[in-house]
Amino acid sequence: MDLVKLQRQLVDYRDSLYHECFLDEQFTQLQELQDENNPDFVVEVVSLFFEDSERLLNELTKALEQQSIDFKRVDAHVHQLKGSSSSIGAQRVQKSCIAFRNYCEEQNVEGCLTCLQLVRQEYYLVKSKLEALFKLEQQILSAGGSIPI
Amino acid sequence: MDSCNCIELQWPPDDLLMKYQYISDFFIALAYFSIPLELIYFVKKSAVFPYRWVLVQFGASIVLCGATHLINLWTSTMHSRTVAMVMTTAKVFTAVVSCITALLLVHIIPDLLSVKTRELFLKNKAAELDREMGLIRTQEETGRHVRMLTHEIRSTLDRHTILKTTLVELGRTLALEECALWMPTRTGLELQLSYTLRQQNPVGYTVPIHLPVINQVFSSSHAVKISPNCAVASIHPSGKYTPGEVVAVRVPLLHLSNFQINDWPELSTKRYALMVLMLPLDSARQWRVHELELVEVVADQVAVALSHAAILEESMRARDLLMEQNVALDLARREAETAIRARNDFLAVMNHEMRTPMHAIIALSSLLQETELTPEQRLMVETILKSSNLLSTLINDVLDLSRLEDGSLQLDLETFNLYAVFKEVLNLIKPIASVKKLHVSLNLAPDLPEYAVGDEKRLMQTILNVVGNAVKFSKDGSISITAFVAKAELLRDSQTSEFFPVPGDNHFYLRVQVKDSGIGVSPQDIPKLFTKFAQTQSTAIRNSSGSGLGLAICKRFVNLMEGHIWIESEGLGKGCTATFMVKLGIPERLNEPELAFMPKVPPNHGPTAFPGLKVLVTDENGVSRKVTKGLLVHLGCDVTMVSSSEECLRVVSNEHKVVFMDACAPGMDGYEIAVRMHEKFTKRHERPIIVALTGNTDKVTKENCMRVGMDGVILKPVSLDKMRSVLSDLLEHRVLFEAI
Repeated sequence: MDLVKLQRQLVDYRDSLYHECFLDEQFTQLQELQDENNPDFVVEVVSLFFEDSERLLNELTKALEQQSIDFKRVDAHVHQLKGSSSSIGAQRVQKSCIAFRNYCEEQNVEGCLTCLQLVRQEYYLVKSKLEALFKLEQQILSAGGSIPI
Repeated sequence: MDSCNCIELQWPPDDLLMKYQYISDFFIALAYFSIPLELIYFVKKSAVFPYRWVLVQFGASIVLCGATHLINLWTSTMHSRTVAMVMTTAKVFTAVVSCITALLLVHIIPDLLSVKTRELFLKNKAAELDREMGLIRTQEETGRHVRMLTHEIRSTLDRHTILKTTLVELGRTLALEECALWMPTRTGLELQLSYTLRQQNPVGYTVPIHLPVINQVFSSSHAVKISPNCAVASIHPSGKYTPGEVVAVRVPLLHLSNFQINDWPELSTKRYALMVLMLPLDSARQWRVHELELVEVVADQVAVALSHAAILEESMRARDLLMEQNVALDLARREAETAIRARNDFLAVMNHEMRTPMHAIIALSSLLQETELTPEQRLMVETILKSSNLLSTLINDVLDLSRLEDGSLQLDLETFNLYAVFKEVLNLIKPIASVKKLHVSLNLAPDLPEYAVGDEKRLMQTILNVVGNAVKFSKDGSISITAFVAKAELLRDSQTSEFFPVPGDNHFYLRVQVKDSGIGVSPQDIPKLFTKFAQTQSTAIRNSSGSGLGLAICKRFVNLMEGHIWIESEGLGKGCTATFMVKLGIPERLNEPELAFMPKVPPNHGPTAFPGLKVLVTDENGVSRKVTKGLLVHLGCDVTMVSSSEECLRVVSNEHKVVFMDACAPGMDGYEIAVRMHEKFTKRHERPIIVALTGNTDKVTKENCMRVGMDGVILKPVSLDKMRSVLSDLLEHRVLFEAI
């Protein structure tokens, strides 16, 4: 594919992600931290995020399947997830985590389960989006171009 | 025998008479010889006798007399001339000595007599002194009794004990039969028997206070003898015994208000109690002067002691009252604090959680507006957008107002373009005004500075609110906005009686006046305009929306800007004029074009890298940890990462210059770490700077951080610029408390 076209596609795609609130300025900050010393910083952080989130989501599913739900533990997990998502700028995940936490405080099981669904959904969405983004970047790099800012 | 010169003896020597003469002479001589001997003997015995010489003479004369008489024994018969010679010599000597003695005695006998007189005199004097000694001793005893009594009376502050002790001690000292105290009743018209010595329970006799005997006692400050038969003294049934003498004395009852220096001790309104003392029955004892004095002194002391007791009682009562009030106030304060805390908690929740969904709603609705919609759908979306905008404004207003009331709102002072603010307001208001067919005119005075220092956002909010109100409440006509610099003369306005602006060198007062020709406000409603949530009830404006908060917020903003806002209106239907004055600073001579393009002062660019700065990052969340590390690594720091508080405390050493920790993660107590680190590193320069990263920057979190000894608080998420400036600030000042 044409390099310029690829770059334009990347820029548009990235802009749409911002626009649709999948990502926020925190992600931009992460990109700023990437330099010659740390060329794969963003990818590393995002991979770490994926691992962490998968683990947390599994924990949450297990915890909510219990007979007597330990809301404190659930809250702790959600707090972690919220922290992670806000650190990389996954805005929608973060927002849904906030709603989740409210239900935890109210000890509302129905609400929690709904929120868990929502969070999982958002997470998979943002994951696929980010993976698509990274794929585009790889393509550009392998074509010999540089990532536009 | 004719030539014999001797006396012719008339009687014969053997006559009896002669014999008797012989014997008498003999004995006389004997006596005369022994008297001196005795004298000498006794004088020798006595040590002191001043007249030795006289005594010797006296002795000599007596001896000679005795000799004469002895010699007389021979001269009764015939005797020779020698005997006659001896006799004569003896007689002559005797005569001489006796005469001398007689003469001397004339001198000494008065002396001797006067000795006796002096002796008598001295004896009298001694007796007198004895008597006086007795008197003094008695007085001394009395004095001692008084002191002891006083001591007893004053050693207690309880009224009853004082009085009881007085009576008991007086009874003992003076050996009284009965002692009683009559106190005036509440009405002051009677005296009631309150305390007696012997009778344990006084029955409560009362006597009217205006008896002549009582008046007599009250009018004198001395103890007065009264008759045992009068009303106050007949407390003890004396029966067949003769009652002893009775004495009564007044006891002044002093009140707190009586202690005025000038009037002491002659006070106008005085209450007295009466103390009556009775001597034992059937004794001949009389009241003696020193006893009366004792009684008077005691009465005075009792008065003082009683007043002390009264004062103490009052002060204890006042103290109890104060304690109760204190407790009540404390409770009220705690309740108020609870209320405030509840409100703050509520606000803290509202702060973030309510705004976020609002933001989502507004953003998504506006996005929805951009898509393809049917006309009904578009109308619906527009309604949603309008309502949510209103709601968002309301939330912001309420939050602002609460923060304003709290006093926690601070103005963001910066230099801004004043003209631009007005133009902006005009642009915002023009569409609505033209819909309502209102004419809006803006008039800026020529001397109004183009740039000013103040809170641009809030000033605009105020102007917008005032102008908005003008537009809202006008159906037609025109609205005029004028702005100028308030001059000194105009500052003395009758309207601004509570407001005293002080003109100065580096600030000026901006005065903005908005006049409209709308429905106006009735004069009695004007004070209510600036109160929260109060709306005027006129039907014409029932349709228009308005939470009633706008002007209240404006007033608070204006007050924060050290200004004043007021509204004048001549009545309903006659339009109204809103005026406000705020204090704005005069900016320094800066490059104006530069300011127009750079409204914000650029942040402090310290060193852009911190090579080798050893930093410790503590965060349970792996992703956050990696991001923070990335930030710091980008800035050139040497980062150590730990994932729990125990590990942090284990690893931290004085090589680490800064420690970042997550303060709001549940399960990890950032505060605990700070405290332990303070314990670990006692010397300040060894301790690393402790900074908390938190998502919550309300006052309470900040206060908690400061309390445990953290050096700074930063709000997550942290941008690169912010981290850079934070680090440079920290290293420079070692303290940072505002990095939002």
